[in-house]
Amino acid sequence: MASIGAVTDAEFQDTVLESETPVLVDFWAEWCVPCHMVSPVVEEIGQEKGAALKVAKLNIDDNPDATRTYGVMSIPSLILFKSGKEVARVVGARPKDAILRDLDPHLT
Amino acid sequence: MADGTNDVRNLIVIGSGPAGFTAALYAARANLEPLVLKGMEAGGQLMLTTDVENYPGFADGILGPELMDQMEKQAARFGSEILPVHVTSVDLSARPFGVWAGDQEWRAHTVVVATGATARWLDVPGEQHLRGRGVSACATCDGFFFRDRELIVVGGGDSAMEEATFLTKFASKVTIVHRREEFRASKIMQERALANPKIEVAWNREIVEILGDDAVTGVRVRDTVTGDTEERSTDGVFMAIGHTPNTELFGEWLDLDPEGYVVVQEPRTRTSVEGVFAAGDVTDRVYRQAVTAAGQGCKAAMDAERFLEAEAHTKA
Repeated sequence: MASIGAVTDAEFQDTVLESETPVLVDFWAEWCVPCHMVSPVVEEIGQEKGAALKVAKLNIDDNPDATRTYGVMSIPSLILFKSGKEVARVVGARPKDAILRDLDPHLT
Repeated sequence: MADGTNDVRNLIVIGSGPAGFTAALYAARANLEPLVLKGMEAGGQLMLTTDVENYPGFADGILGPELMDQMEKQAARFGSEILPVHVTSVDLSARPFGVWAGDQEWRAHTVVVATGATARWLDVPGEQHLRGRGVSACATCDGFFFRDRELIVVGGGDSAMEEATFLTKFASKVTIVHRREEFRASKIMQERALANPKIEVAWNREIVEILGDDAVTGVRVRDTVTGDTEERSTDGVFMAIGHTPNTELFGEWLDLDPEGYVVVQEPRTRTSVEGVFAAGDVTDRVYRQAVTAAGQGCKAAMDAERFLEAEAHTKA
């Protein structure tokens, strides 16, 4: 399963930054309507990429540290981390092909 | 039902704002069994607002998302099939028309285009880079991130007044930057905004650049009267300068006006292709209200119904 599920501030270092596989983090909140559109698409992408990608969700209301550290000022924001660094970011609700266009160059 | 290759629908509605759902409602009640393809921005622009006070029938106002939820339920109640998919291409060269969402395909005898419009951007340096890092077009989405910060709202219409007022819930100060010296917003919205102690206005100013590396730090503003420029610091910039119609999928099939709106044969909703109708902000550049979109959606369904009946008679 390529979906890690929810990730928290406390787990961010281990689960995201130290992951050998690239991790796509979906920054979301309950009150964010477009986020509910994007999250299922992120899950699909995780499934399709299989072992090449992990996907995780970070609730910004509960996890202000990662939110602030990565300068997330709009949600949904999808940030792709590789070897502990941000390599791509998609902001706002986009359809799957638009998201993949930005991510695919970083996923072999 | 989802595999449309053998099954030609009477009507497909592309879009799920007031125009789309009203078209679906009327089509469903006409026993057309419409298919609604909701799209990524399901519910349309009302999902990005809070209180809707000017949609008739709600004396105490209603929340945008709630109103759209009711519209969806109503359309479903009479037999609309509603799918949460995003249309990626269409073929309107011949009937039955083809509509695709990725690999999923449907065919229909008629189509209602109700894809609405999306917030316009300024197209100035720094804007795209800083989107999501202090530049936004949605106050309700992103206001949350600016507690006790100073913000700029760009625009002079009702949306700008509404966004600015909404943002005062979070921001310490909101400056509306407008390139002219008066707003075109409705009087009541102007009054509300100008009476708000947290709101200031910079008249006759336009933003020519948005500044900052990883986050917005300021803007460069030009005085539209004198031509002088100056820098102003700010923590965020919210656009409220109007919308562009979502017609990228239709440009090769339908006549569009110079600004990209679908051309319809007023007072009807017929487009340049027989059997294709358009309703709502995708075609209306004049009124752009939820209630006018709903009204046009109703017209589109009735136009589609009459078209289908006429076709049935010519074939009989």
